[in-house]
Amino acid sequence: MKPPAFDYHAPSTLDEALNLANQLGQDAKFIAGGQSLVPMMNFRLVHPAHLIDLNGIAALSYLRIEGGELCIGAMTRHREVELSPIIRDGWPLISECMPFVAHVQIRNRGTLGGSLSHADPAAELPAVMTVLEAKFVLRSNRGTRTVPVKDFFVGTLTTATEPGELLAEVRVPPLPLATGWAFDELSRRRGDFALVGAAALVHLAPDGRIEWARLAFTGVGERPTRAPHTEQALRGQSPTEDVVRAAAEQSSNDLTPESDLHASAEYRRDVAKVIARRTLMKAIERSRTASQ
Amino acid sequence: MNKKKVRLEINGIQYEGEAEPRRLLSDFIRDDLGLYGTHVGCEHGVCGACTIQWDGNPVRSCLVFAVQANGARLRTVEGMAPDSDNLHPIQQAFTEVHALQCGFCTPGILMTVQALLRDNPDPSEAEVRDGLSGNLCRCTGYQNIVKAVLLAAEKLAQK
Amino acid sequence: MNYVGTSVTRKEDNRLLRGSGRFVGDIIRPGMLYAAILRSPFPHGKLKRIDTEQARKMSGVVSVITFADMPDVKPIPMRLAPRDDLIRALQKPLASDRVRYVGEPLAVVIAESRYQGEDALEVIDFEIDELEAVVDARRAVEKGAPILHPAVPDNIAGHFVEKTGDVERALAEADLVLEEEFYIQRHSGVPLETRGLVAEYDDGQRLLTIWGPTKVVHFNHAVLAGLLDMPPSQIRMIELENGGGYGIRGEFYPEDFLIPFIARKLRRPICWIEDRNEHLKSANHSREQWHRVRVGANKDGRIVAFDDVLLNVMGGYIRTHGATVPTMTAAYLPGPYKWDNYRCDANCVLVNKTPAGTYRGPGRFGAAFVRERVMDMVAHKLGLDPAEVRLKNFIPTELMPYNTGTTAFGKPTIYDSGDFHKQFHLALEKFNYYELQKQCEAERRAGRAIGIGFGCFVEKSGLGPWEYARVEIDPSGEVVVYTGAADLGQGVETVLSQVVADALPIDIERVRVVHGDTAQIPYGGGSYASRGTVLACNSAVVAVGEVRKKLMQLAAVALQADEKDLSIEKNCVVKKGTGASVPFVDLAKLAAPITALPLGIKPGMSGEGFFRAEHMVYPYGVHMALVEVDQETGFLKIHKYLIAYDIGRAINPMLVEGQLVGGMAQGLGGALLEEFSYDSEGQLLAGSFMDYLLPSSMEVPPVEIVLTEDAPSPLNPLGVKGVGEGGTVGVGAALANAVCNALGGKVEIKRLPLTPDRVLDAVKSARAAAAAHA
Repeated sequence: MKPPAFDYHAPSTLDEALNLANQLGQDAKFIAGGQSLVPMMNFRLVHPAHLIDLNGIAALSYLRIEGGELCIGAMTRHREVELSPIIRDGWPLISECMPFVAHVQIRNRGTLGGSLSHADPAAELPAVMTVLEAKFVLRSNRGTRTVPVKDFFVGTLTTATEPGELLAEVRVPPLPLATGWAFDELSRRRGDFALVGAAALVHLAPDGRIEWARLAFTGVGERPTRAPHTEQALRGQSPTEDVVRAAAEQSSNDLTPESDLHASAEYRRDVAKVIARRTLMKAIERSRTASQ
Repeated sequence: MNKKKVRLEINGIQYEGEAEPRRLLSDFIRDDLGLYGTHVGCEHGVCGACTIQWDGNPVRSCLVFAVQANGARLRTVEGMAPDSDNLHPIQQAFTEVHALQCGFCTPGILMTVQALLRDNPDPSEAEVRDGLSGNLCRCTGYQNIVKAVLLAAEKLAQK
Repeated sequence: MNYVGTSVTRKEDNRLLRGSGRFVGDIIRPGMLYAAILRSPFPHGKLKRIDTEQARKMSGVVSVITFADMPDVKPIPMRLAPRDDLIRALQKPLASDRVRYVGEPLAVVIAESRYQGEDALEVIDFEIDELEAVVDARRAVEKGAPILHPAVPDNIAGHFVEKTGDVERALAEADLVLEEEFYIQRHSGVPLETRGLVAEYDDGQRLLTIWGPTKVVHFNHAVLAGLLDMPPSQIRMIELENGGGYGIRGEFYPEDFLIPFIARKLRRPICWIEDRNEHLKSANHSREQWHRVRVGANKDGRIVAFDDVLLNVMGGYIRTHGATVPTMTAAYLPGPYKWDNYRCDANCVLVNKTPAGTYRGPGRFGAAFVRERVMDMVAHKLGLDPAEVRLKNFIPTELMPYNTGTTAFGKPTIYDSGDFHKQFHLALEKFNYYELQKQCEAERRAGRAIGIGFGCFVEKSGLGPWEYARVEIDPSGEVVVYTGAADLGQGVETVLSQVVADALPIDIERVRVVHGDTAQIPYGGGSYASRGTVLACNSAVVAVGEVRKKLMQLAAVALQADEKDLSIEKNCVVKKGTGASVPFVDLAKLAAPITALPLGIKPGMSGEGFFRAEHMVYPYGVHMALVEVDQETGFLKIHKYLIAYDIGRAINPMLVEGQLVGGMAQGLGGALLEEFSYDSEGQLLAGSFMDYLLPSSMEVPPVEIVLTEDAPSPLNPLGVKGVGEGGTVGVGAALANAVCNALGGKVEIKRLPLTPDRVLDAVKSARAAAAAHA
């Protein structure tokens, strides 16, 4: 399974990379960590005539807080995200999700930007970024634009990036104090893509009721899927298991799962509600603990 | 064929070669540099047989193009044993508790385990199993590999 | 200290840990070229033409080989369980006018690199008129189904019946009759190292050397000589390290002809290293079976009749294993139970899938699943404890040796020794069964789904008919053992060293084992069917006996004594009572022609030995599993897993346990994760490790081993039985039974694998059944 031939370019600045992309057009692909692209090339599913290697662009790899927002450069390795104390402090949902992303050997090389740009419908990070309502900064040599996450994931392996454009930065808004979080997924084996996964955020009001809740799924559609019916059903409610179970039932209407050789659509629909309930309950518990 | 020069350091030794851009690092290490200890099992990043260390961190060499590793500092299984008469304590632990059978997955596992114990010198059994989950073994059923890692942790602590 | 019975560390380990073991992918020959194989993308069709002109023009391409280059080639013959009816569906190394499975070889590109070879594959122009494919064996045997081979109009390439007693009468008289259908999914060994070969033809010496064959090197050697029409003495096969066999590596495949053929044709060394995608679609598949079963039982739990119609799903062709898999199923379906009325109507069914062969515990993984599920179903229907039902049905030890009434490979199945009751009781005790059973019942009443399952089995090992060894002490005192067995990573080198070191006797560090080289070893049976320890070790003991005779003969000269006054000790021969001795190394030097011939003694400190095994030997065991079902997701948690195994006699207990745990992991993969899924048109969906799921360290539970040596085999001097397969065969049975027990016996699982989807459906069915009863 050897890849097809290509011309290789290793720019050292982002501008250089974007100019190259503009020049070379549709025949060129960016390569970040390569953990998704290289397998596809080895299977000869894609035949890019040019690869523009982003690994030499040090300026694309950073992790910092700016104006309260978490700003992560697209070339930041998963492993760095996983181990980051800043993220653990302010956005622990991301920290909780990282160990589910493949295996440590993949995370040592794979990048946040690369993974998000690949947009696998059963990947973990797109759902997490969706529930965090992140913003994606896209750069091309025509300029910069910021796309909210809900508009970024368009379909299976398809994002809103245009030709010559790349995801340069992910910005995650801060969360109110005492926001509870949880991520969980069901997969056939540890580290596999999710059969179904869910990312939940819950904030309790001072009187103990649910002030707001957010829920996003992976593995039940072409894109990460928010669950507006569930979120609505939880607003203002008492955070009991029965309430959450009933609210999770409502998510069915938002899901468009497919059958594949690992699980049927019906199965995914069934267990989505279960995972939703489990993550929401955990998020509620954490919100409660954090409030104390 | 537009070959490019590739210079890298493996196990403390400088190597130089030429590779066309598409040549995988796994093939370069093996066939171009003659370091056959790193094995190839799937060429899509799942099995872990090709695992090497890049700046001490385990990565899949089948998912890197050799040209991308220009200037890199790598380690492979050949660099583990101190000399031809002695094994590294991790290797020693593996043979003491029969943690290998056909040996094909073993180099990749050793690379992973060395980094695991560096980052977590006193792991629990659950942590060991989790840390091994990115390396497939078809022969042993993992039980003795887990034993070996825990034994290796003891040996390293004694040094 | 005796080496035999001790868990010595392995000789193989040092080089493997350093990464200096030589696998076939590590072989470089001067001027070597690389092969890339064009494989059919269609499951069934007429191959109209192949146009290789574009491919030949590609950079680095030296040649492209098609069937036109070998028009008179004969099909690959069968090695095991050959049958005349199966000859109708054998495979030629390249497709000529028909393709019958996705992955079938169509052409071979030879290029300066594998990369360039794969580039050329993309431009080979070929035309295949697609025919309707059949993938479901039940459909394949129906009238009107697509026919794969004209000479096999019903797609049943082979058919035979095993029977004992009178099954119809017994069914009619039984208190309870069950009729069920079972299915075991297609899966296989899938070793971590893919297949590979390097072949080189030395024109001057007229010697064709092939690196990479394994398992049955001498057989493959003979087959290749026949297919190439070359004298066997002009072919040398060399076995290297290999990354796992499990039954599927080392068979004679189309590539085992193609690569040597091309090497000889082009007069250049040719290297072929299979990639993972190729492996999943062209190395032997296995295990797929349909069973239509009728069972008769009496109220007390005794099975009085068992009738099985077996559809053993082959593939597009019959491979070297012939009818081995269904033969095994038909012979060993009764397992450890005394079934006086039994019949298995076995059918080898052709479908448009990759050809199937043997895989660890062939025919017996599925047989155990069916048999053990039936035992539990009978228990549920009669309201009996599944443990009781088994104890009622085990063959009593007083009846050993016991003729089950079935045959395999033309020989009757006669269990040589065994005490199934004793072992089962021991396993129940070690597992703490009765206590756990009570706890599970209480948990189930409280709403959890947790239960226990058994998988009992009798294994076969030591398949003969013979094995060869030669043992030599060289002039430096090093002992070399030449064995006809193959090294598959199972530790045969170490085990043989232990046996020889004890038998000679000598320090184990001085023993070296050579295997798998046809130029150094004239005869060999190979390693498969768990025969390695039984056959290779016993043949080595015979050879050592010959060496000891030589030692005595020469020592008598060296010590100027009669042989009756001499005694062989470790590393030397002593003259009893005097303290005079002579070390083996000196006797080895004395055996050189220059000194031996004048003494009238045949030179050489060596001896050859053959061990004949007329009958197989039968180790046996039981798997026990405690499993909890997540009733909302269908996921399983294995809380406890135990394997009790009687091995007769363990040469190296640590290696025995390694085989059992490793085998269990593969059994678990087969029970829960692994499947070669095809779509209804015959396309293989599992073409990567993202789809064909091998268990990782997180999926395989800790396994407790209870090893006993209660029943050494009376059929060989060492008393040994093998252990290669016992860890695998019971897993599907134990896990499926545990899940059904966890669900209160309200639903009966009849299909593998136990995917979360399927288990969740079972949970729902169990709930519905419970509600209906309420």
